[in-house]
Amino acid sequence: MVKTFARGGVHPHDNKKWSRHVSVQNAGIPNTVVIPMSQHMGKPADLLVQADDVLTEGMLIGKAAGFFSVNVHSSVAGKVREITEIYLANGMKSQAVVVEVEEGFDPEASSMFLAKENWRTMSDEDIVNRIADMGVAGLGGATFPTHIKYAIKDRNVEYLVVNGVECEPFLTADHRLMLEKSDCIIEGIEISRKVLNADNVIIGIEANKPDAIQSLRDSIIRKNLDFEVVALKTRYPQGDEKQLLKATINREVPSGALPLDIGAVVSNVGTLYAIYEAVVLKKPVIERIVTVSGSILKNPGNFKVRLGTSIRELVDACGGFTEEPVKMIAGGPMMGFSIFDLNAPVTKGVSGILALSERDLKPAGETACISCGRCIHACPMGLSPTTLFKLIDHQDYEKAKQENLLDCKECGCCGFTCPARLPLVQMLRLGKLMLRKKA
Amino acid sequence: MELLVNLLQAVGTVGGLGIAFGVILAVSSKLLAVEKDERVERLENVLPGLNCGICGYAGCASYAEALTQNETEFTKCAPGGEKAAKAIAEVLGVSIDVNMVKKVAQVHCRGGKTTAQYVFDYQGVKDCNALFAMHGGNKACPYGCLGQGSCIAVCPVNAISYDADGLVWVDKEKCISCEKCVSVCPTHVIKMIPYDADVLVACNSIDKGPVVKKYCSVGCIGCKICSKQSPEGGFVVDNFLAVIDYSQKGDREAAMEKCPSHCIIRNKSQIN
Repeated sequence: MVKTFARGGVHPHDNKKWSRHVSVQNAGIPNTVVIPMSQHMGKPADLLVQADDVLTEGMLIGKAAGFFSVNVHSSVAGKVREITEIYLANGMKSQAVVVEVEEGFDPEASSMFLAKENWRTMSDEDIVNRIADMGVAGLGGATFPTHIKYAIKDRNVEYLVVNGVECEPFLTADHRLMLEKSDCIIEGIEISRKVLNADNVIIGIEANKPDAIQSLRDSIIRKNLDFEVVALKTRYPQGDEKQLLKATINREVPSGALPLDIGAVVSNVGTLYAIYEAVVLKKPVIERIVTVSGSILKNPGNFKVRLGTSIRELVDACGGFTEEPVKMIAGGPMMGFSIFDLNAPVTKGVSGILALSERDLKPAGETACISCGRCIHACPMGLSPTTLFKLIDHQDYEKAKQENLLDCKECGCCGFTCPARLPLVQMLRLGKLMLRKKA
Repeated sequence: MELLVNLLQAVGTVGGLGIAFGVILAVSSKLLAVEKDERVERLENVLPGLNCGICGYAGCASYAEALTQNETEFTKCAPGGEKAAKAIAEVLGVSIDVNMVKKVAQVHCRGGKTTAQYVFDYQGVKDCNALFAMHGGNKACPYGCLGQGSCIAVCPVNAISYDADGLVWVDKEKCISCEKCVSVCPTHVIKMIPYDADVLVACNSIDKGPVVKKYCSVGCIGCKICSKQSPEGGFVVDNFLAVIDYSQKGDREAAMEKCPSHCIIRNKSQIN
C-alpha cells in the first residue's frame, strides 16, 4: 500500500501539466530589482546599505537582526537607487532596496561561485555558520531560518525527512529541480545529515512524480548511499511537515511542538539545493526556481529567477497573457496570496506565480453554512473550521483559541471543500491576527 | 369520614413542612446574612447599565464595586459623563468638581467609491482588520476608512451605519463614547471629538499634498488655508494634515468655506 497521512486532506486537480515538462530556464536579468529586507519568517534583516552605494553580486546588504532572522544579499551587481517601503506579495509591508542593475551584468559569464569547497573537512559548526551567513531559509514557502532548524544542540535526530512532495497544484519548481539537479540535492542531503547526525534519511515524493523518484534513486545508487526514497499517495497537504512526518515515519507532532521533539527534521529539496550552493559553492541565496503557470499564459514554465525581480518580468518571460487575468496568485492556489500589483518582487518564499481566468476560478457566491461537516472531515489538523468560523465571526477570539485555532496552518482544505463557499481560511487567519494584535 | 381525615392529614403534613422550612429560611437569612455595601446598589442605579467596559471593568456592577472600595476614579464612566460622575460622588458622600467634556467618535474620512481611488477588488471576509492585512487595504490611501464595517459590528448601541457612498458615519446623538470602534479600527481613522464640535477635518492622511491629490479628491492636502482663513479656529497643520484644537472656540466657518478639497465638514448626527 502506498503511504500517506491519516487524517483529513483533499485531492484537488493537480494542474501540473502546464509546466511539468518544461526545463528550468533563466528568467533574464531585469533593469532594476527590489530586494526586501523581510523575505523570511522572523525579524526583518537590518539594512546595511544606503542610496548610491555600489553593490556587487552576492554582497551582504541586510544583516540578520538577532538569532531569529536571516541575512539578505544583493542578487545583482549595480547601484542602490533608493531605500523604500513596499508591500510584498503576501500583503505584508517591508523595507526594500531598489537596485539599478549594472549594464552588461551577466551572472552566467562571471566566474563567481564556481570553486568547489570540500565540506567533508569542515566542522559541523562551521557548516551551520556558513548556512546562516549565506541567508538560507526554507524555500518550500514557509521561509523558516534554516540555521535555527539545524542548531539542534546535541539533541538526537533519528530521521532527516526530505520534502520532495510539492503537493500544491500547478507548482513544478521542486519537481524540475529534482530531475535536473538530483546530484546536488543528494549532496545537500549529505551535508545536512552530517550536521544533524541523523540516523536515517527518508525522501518523500508523491507518486505523481515517478520520474523524480527515479532520478533521485539513480543518484543515490551512483553515490552508493543508504537514503530511502518513499513514494507517497498524491494528497494535499502532504507537503506540510506534520503530514509528511505522519506519512513517512508514522509519528505525529503534538500541538505546539516541533518535529525535533519527535526526533525528526524536515527540509525541502529546494532548501537542500540552496544548502549545497551555500556550503560547497559559497553562493548566497540570491536566486530561486519559480513556476510561472496558468491556462492563460502563452508559454508557462519554470524559471531560475534573481530575487527581487518583479512578477511582471516573469510574465513577460512567459510571453505574456493570452487574455486579461482575473486573478493572479503568488505561491500555490491553495496557500498562495492574491496579488494585484505586478511590480511586487519575487522573494525567497515565492515558489510560483499563477495567472488564472474566470474559467479556472469557477466563481460562486457565498451562502450560509449548512452544517454539512465537510470542512471538519477535510481538516488535517482535526479542527472544526465551521465552529471556529462562527466564533471568530462573533469576535470571540479567546474561545476560538481554546478550540485550538492556533493549530491551523491555513492549508485551505476547509475552504476548498465548503459547498457554501465560505471564506473559512480567511476568517481563521483573521482570528489569529486578532489574537496576535491583542497579545 | 375516613376520606376527610385523610385529606386533613395531607394538608396538615404539607402545611407543617412548609411552615418548618419557612422558619429555617427566616432564621438562616438572619444568621448567614452577607454584609453588602448598600452603596453598590445605589451606584448601580446611577450608572447607565450599558456594560460597555470603557471604565476598564467587566461591567457597571464591577465598576460600582470598585468605586466603593476606592480602587478607581469617579470619572471613568464615559457614557454617564458629568452627570454620572456627580451622582457617584453624591452616593459616596464626596464633593468633587468635575468638568467633563462629552466626546463622541467620528470617522475622519470621506473618501468613498466616487471620491477615492481603489487599487483592487476585495472579496474576502467582511472585516476591516482582515482587509488591512492584505497590502494595507484596497484603497490607494493607506490611512482611510476601509468600509468593511468592523466598527458597526462592535458598536453596542448601533450608532454607526453606512451612508449612500459605502462609508461609515457615527450618529453623535446615539454614541455613548465607549471607544470600542476606536480600538477595533486598523487604520485609526475613527477619533474622538467633542460632542458639541461644530466641524471636523474629515481626513486622516499624512501624505504630502500632491500624493493625496492623486488618490483622493476629498483628502487634506496640508495647504494651511484653514489656519489662515480662521486664525482663531484652532487649526494646526502638522504632517500635511490639519487637526483642530477644540479648546479654541473661534470661528471655523470661513475655513470650511475656503477649504479647497472640502474636507472640513459639519459634525452632524446624520450625513446625506
